[in-house]
Amino acid sequence: MKVVAKTANEAMAEAMRQINPDVVAAYPITPSTEIVQLFSQFVADGLVDTEFVPVESEHSAASACTGAAAAGARVMTATASQGLALMNEVLFVTPALRLPIVICVINRTLSAPINIHCDHSDTMDQRDTGWMQFYAENSQEAYDLVIQAMKIAEEAFLPAMVSADAFILSHSLERIEILEDKEVQNFIGEHKTPFSVLDTEHPITVGALDLQDYYFEHKRAAAQAMREARKEIKKVFKDFGQKFERNYDFVEEYKMGDAERALVLMGSTAGTAKEVVDNLREEGEKVGIVKVCTFRPWPVEEVNHALKGADFVAVMDRAEGMTGFGAPLFTEVRSSLYDEDKNPDVYGYVYGLGGRDVTPDDIKKVFDDLKKAESGEKLERNSYLGVRE
Amino acid sequence: MAKKKESWKELPIGAIIDEPGSSRKFKTGDWREGKKPVVDKDKCTNCLICWVDCPDSAIIVKDGEMKGFNLDYCKGCAICASQCPVKAIEMVDEEVE
Repeated sequence: MKVVAKTANEAMAEAMRQINPDVVAAYPITPSTEIVQLFSQFVADGLVDTEFVPVESEHSAASACTGAAAAGARVMTATASQGLALMNEVLFVTPALRLPIVICVINRTLSAPINIHCDHSDTMDQRDTGWMQFYAENSQEAYDLVIQAMKIAEEAFLPAMVSADAFILSHSLERIEILEDKEVQNFIGEHKTPFSVLDTEHPITVGALDLQDYYFEHKRAAAQAMREARKEIKKVFKDFGQKFERNYDFVEEYKMGDAERALVLMGSTAGTAKEVVDNLREEGEKVGIVKVCTFRPWPVEEVNHALKGADFVAVMDRAEGMTGFGAPLFTEVRSSLYDEDKNPDVYGYVYGLGGRDVTPDDIKKVFDDLKKAESGEKLERNSYLGVRE
Repeated sequence: MAKKKESWKELPIGAIIDEPGSSRKFKTGDWREGKKPVVDKDKCTNCLICWVDCPDSAIIVKDGEMKGFNLDYCKGCAICASQCPVKAIEMVDEEVE
């Protein structure tokens, strides 16, 4: 174990170097992020054995990655924002073919208007593709999750994206602990692949036409893979915790024990929110945080368990969702709680779009709102935090 | 007799096809609507232009002679009839069973 100062970009690139994938196909300029640039330097310096394919667009990057994985390679890439959006068509193909690729995503907003800063619009846009999604709170988590996601993907035969907030994490230096190269290699183990098109002893067809009589069954099977991925995620998180003493779970409960009011959120804002909770706890307020680390597969049991004791809950989305009702995380959380005997009152807050800062005062305002609701005041079901009215 | 179709639990992972050449089992002749080709062997010169042009490889040829049509795969496109230089192929109404 080594202690170093790294940005999330550097931390994720370092994890990629240690994983040493067979193929990285990427479009390494704007709107991508520094991860691919850093990784291409590792390739140029001979530090990895990777075949680096600098393609002409992210659509081609996702296509080349999917093809390489079908051929039996261990494959990774990185992108952000519009780049991830351009991959969209191909991102549906990878999980349907059950190919275990990992994408490092730096969460940036989508146009229009043009903006390169942080929100979760890009990955939320991909939530129905069938990729597993993990969200990091800091650079340490970004590093650890990339390594764990590679193993989870190859155990579950599903692709995974690991997300870290743009600039707040991607360009900020943090103290992180990195593993030895050998430890990473031993942890991820031998590359596993569901099939290989290069196995001439057992010729197969991949991506064939599939009409009314079989398409539905194949989709049903892929949906089951997402449900069953829970088991592999649990196992890999546990194994990582036992080996390296850094523990991950589908959700992280922070001071939720006796919490009556809680925030549910993802990504770097959890760090700010924990500070606010610490301060409010000192004043005797029973408040807590539920940080969602695994967004796909959606951890319904863990979210409901975490919110069991809460009476008033605010779900904070760093993406609009454009539903005309509530943003993505809000609708998931509220729908999950519907089957519980006791439902807390759940409110949605959209915040931080296009890199708008979220301060401790903003977070405190949400807790204050929940207190008002507790005392009988009527709140908007869905509202915006930090926008000029 | 068509075989029983598999449940989603029985299919190979990743929607792959693990049996080479299985597309033969897909009888695309079902798609033919209305007319099928017939050949007048008195006119046919066995030039095999129909065999070259058929997009479904549905012309049956044996020992260099054109022997007719494989209606399991003929989609009734009529390219053979239009390309035959001696007008030996005609599209006729299909018998309704």
